[in-house]
Amino acid sequence: MQQSPSPSRFPAMWTSFMSWVDRRFPATETFEYHMSKYYAPKNFNFWYYFGVLATVVLVLQLVTGIWLTMSYVPSGDGAFASVEYIMRDVEFGWLLRYLHTTGASAFFVVVYLHMFRGLMYGSYREPRELLWLIGMAIFVAMMAEGFFGYLLPWGNMSWWAAQVIVSLFGAIPVIGADLEQWIRGDFLISEVTLNRFFALHVVALPLVLVMLVFVHIVALHHVGSNNPDGVEIKKHKNADGVPLDGIPFHPYYTIGHDLPGIVLFLIVFCAIVFYLPEMGGYFIEKPNFEEANPLKTPAHIAPVWYYTPFYAMLRAATYPLVGLDAKFWGFVVMAGAIVVPAVLPWLDRSPVKSIRYKGMISKVMLGIFIVSFFILGYLGTIPPSKYATLLAQICTVLYFAYFVLMPWYTRVEKTKPAPDRVTTR
Amino acid sequence: MKRSTWLLALILVPAFACANEGASDWKMQPFHPNLQDKPSQQRGLRLYVNYCMGCHSLKFQRYERTADDLEIPHDLVMANLVFTGQKIGALMTNALPPERAQAWFGAAPPDLTLVAKLRGGEWVYNYLKAFYIDEARPFGVNNKVFPNVAMPDPFLELQGTPVLTCHQDPKLAENGGEQRDPLVPGLKITEEKCGYIDAVEGTGTLTAQEFDQAVYDIVNFLYYVAEPARSERERLGLYVLLFLVVLYVFTALLGREYNKEVH
Amino acid sequence: MSGDGFNKQRRYFLIGATSVVGGLGVVGAAVPFVKSWNPSAKARALGAPVTVDFSRLNPGEMLGPIPAWRGQPVFILYRTPEALATLSKLDASRADPASERDQQPEYARNEWRSRRPEIGVYIGLCTHLGCSPKYFPLVTPEPFDANWEGGFFCPCHGSMFDLAGRVAKGVPAPSNLPVPPYTFVSDKVVTIGVDEEHA
Repeated sequence: MQQSPSPSRFPAMWTSFMSWVDRRFPATETFEYHMSKYYAPKNFNFWYYFGVLATVVLVLQLVTGIWLTMSYVPSGDGAFASVEYIMRDVEFGWLLRYLHTTGASAFFVVVYLHMFRGLMYGSYREPRELLWLIGMAIFVAMMAEGFFGYLLPWGNMSWWAAQVIVSLFGAIPVIGADLEQWIRGDFLISEVTLNRFFALHVVALPLVLVMLVFVHIVALHHVGSNNPDGVEIKKHKNADGVPLDGIPFHPYYTIGHDLPGIVLFLIVFCAIVFYLPEMGGYFIEKPNFEEANPLKTPAHIAPVWYYTPFYAMLRAATYPLVGLDAKFWGFVVMAGAIVVPAVLPWLDRSPVKSIRYKGMISKVMLGIFIVSFFILGYLGTIPPSKYATLLAQICTVLYFAYFVLMPWYTRVEKTKPAPDRVTTR
Repeated sequence: MKRSTWLLALILVPAFACANEGASDWKMQPFHPNLQDKPSQQRGLRLYVNYCMGCHSLKFQRYERTADDLEIPHDLVMANLVFTGQKIGALMTNALPPERAQAWFGAAPPDLTLVAKLRGGEWVYNYLKAFYIDEARPFGVNNKVFPNVAMPDPFLELQGTPVLTCHQDPKLAENGGEQRDPLVPGLKITEEKCGYIDAVEGTGTLTAQEFDQAVYDIVNFLYYVAEPARSERERLGLYVLLFLVVLYVFTALLGREYNKEVH
Repeated sequence: MSGDGFNKQRRYFLIGATSVVGGLGVVGAAVPFVKSWNPSAKARALGAPVTVDFSRLNPGEMLGPIPAWRGQPVFILYRTPEALATLSKLDASRADPASERDQQPEYARNEWRSRRPEIGVYIGLCTHLGCSPKYFPLVTPEPFDANWEGGFFCPCHGSMFDLAGRVAKGVPAPSNLPVPPYTFVSDKVVTIGVDEEHA
């Protein structure tokens, strides 16, 4: 184990302590591999904050979640009351609760922006396909985690949202009805369902998420980060093997970039936690202020905002096909929309990675994709109507067109030559 | 239910829900809560305990918290507001058995701790002012904000007998101004507008204005009860944000210090 | 890229200052998590002071172990003048006759270990391993003590306490029966769990 060649700033005690540790555990080696000697492209921009912000939110959700579990009661009789107990009787319980609900929404804001960065700069391209697939797995796990977590307050919207989504599995041919009952563990969404969703939300999926995030970072560090120009910085290294366009992640990105970025994020986050935690009914939905009632459907069932684009696609399927209900096709369309981004690495045939050098068609298609996603998101929050459904159908087609047509338009469009070295715009 | 019925339900449920709204000619009046107005919330608490608590519990809220937040001494609360032998730290439950209530009213009167969040303060405020005499209903009253509600009017003693009336309202021109008679100077042109609710003279202990204030006080109190931590949340938020801004300045300066070395 | 081309003073100052401010932030952020572990309003309500009317108690009798306070049984004794007189005789056989160990509020550090001589208020748990001692008020020989002058005998391991809750020498229990905070609301009514010092 070599000592660092630069004169150590630390007192001798620290140096000898670290020597003791390093002989028994790869501490310094790991720190250098992942931080101080991990060379990241020097042209990271605004879009490169969201990975670290997602990790911050994950930690926040884990800590606030653990604290909430100390006071939450996972029973049909006690759950709703225990949430009010947390809000009123537990010191700072209200803050723990709002941090967790705002954190859930913040998690999706940050991850959607993180994924959008990937679409823009071709971060899913070779050799990062596996990294992208792991990320897609995290996305699906997050959606499941949010779904299980939403039943726990046992409010009326909690109950009906679970009812709607679980009943979708009933649309699967042959096994549907049995599957639906198996998921519920009962003949209706009941305390039995609540208890198992509690175990999944508090133990199972957090473990899965943490392991996936760990593997995600390992995969990233193995190939190195992409950048806004889509240039592989490892192609040009200096005499010491350090990429010419790379800078050590620590301290230039940890302190120089991420630390103020995290604080800025916390300002926006705390402004919401302390002043607008319900976000007008989008983060905490109004029907959830009364207890679950299987006999009283809310006037308008809508999922929390981060599911609404996919919910709109689900409702857009209104025609039965080949003998199967529209309900089943809606399920297929919705599930398909969630997982289709996974195959992007194999759809994108462009000679360049980044949108900066791709042709006009790619730029237009991406723009249409984003606009459709937002429109679908809005449509998912409002009651269905003739025109809303038609618009949702159109936007669903446009959403899928981005992917389905990609092998064609990325091949035929005129691209600009990608630079050899990163640009600093 | 059959699988295919679910999609139908998803589409039709909003249509069913619309049946109750939009049919009324009641103009919603604005409600502006004021959590700094402790006397109003204190009056609201007293009115609630006297006119509502018998049927509607506040089962998630404790007397002690209410007393402390509304700055009422504990012994006053115990002497005047707690009739059930409970202690100051107890939850504000009532003695109405839910199954009996279901039988008597058709639906058990819901707990109201969170009603100001569930329906909004404005809805509750207008609902409480919208009862009117309707002999066709089991309890003799109906409600313009919640048509055919199963609840009797709790305020007959205070407001008096509320009846539907028609007023002569000034007719408005296209630009929003009041129309005047062109031949008689100063005379406003009026038209009959119905759907107003007025109390019969001499039937209530409060004037119309006093009754409005009483309803406001109750809803102001309910707005507090829906989230007692709201005031503390907003107060703390200011300090947290100020601190974070200061922290941001330091981290930005430190970040810039390192970034000078890049490129 | 890197190198020693930076102003050391400025950098170290900024690192230090940011660390201090950040450290304050971490402490501040920890406060809600730590405070949330304090007894909640529900726990405080369940552990609230208990008011007891002992007007039906006759001299020589004891009320207890119900009602309890914070899950602990409470003994309320109405001691006779004769019983009070024997207490000073027993000093020599007590392990802590002057109640020097901190088992009672200040107003109970006297020869009767109570505010009023005739009314004793004690936590009814043996200070050995927490069994409930039995009340033997009469001055008569007992199987566990031929010279019994009245008090409590714990059946679990044989600890003995006098009528002021003072533990005898040579028994497993190490200390006198604890005295909870209490206040007399009126002549025959006592509130356990609150006094001027702990209101």
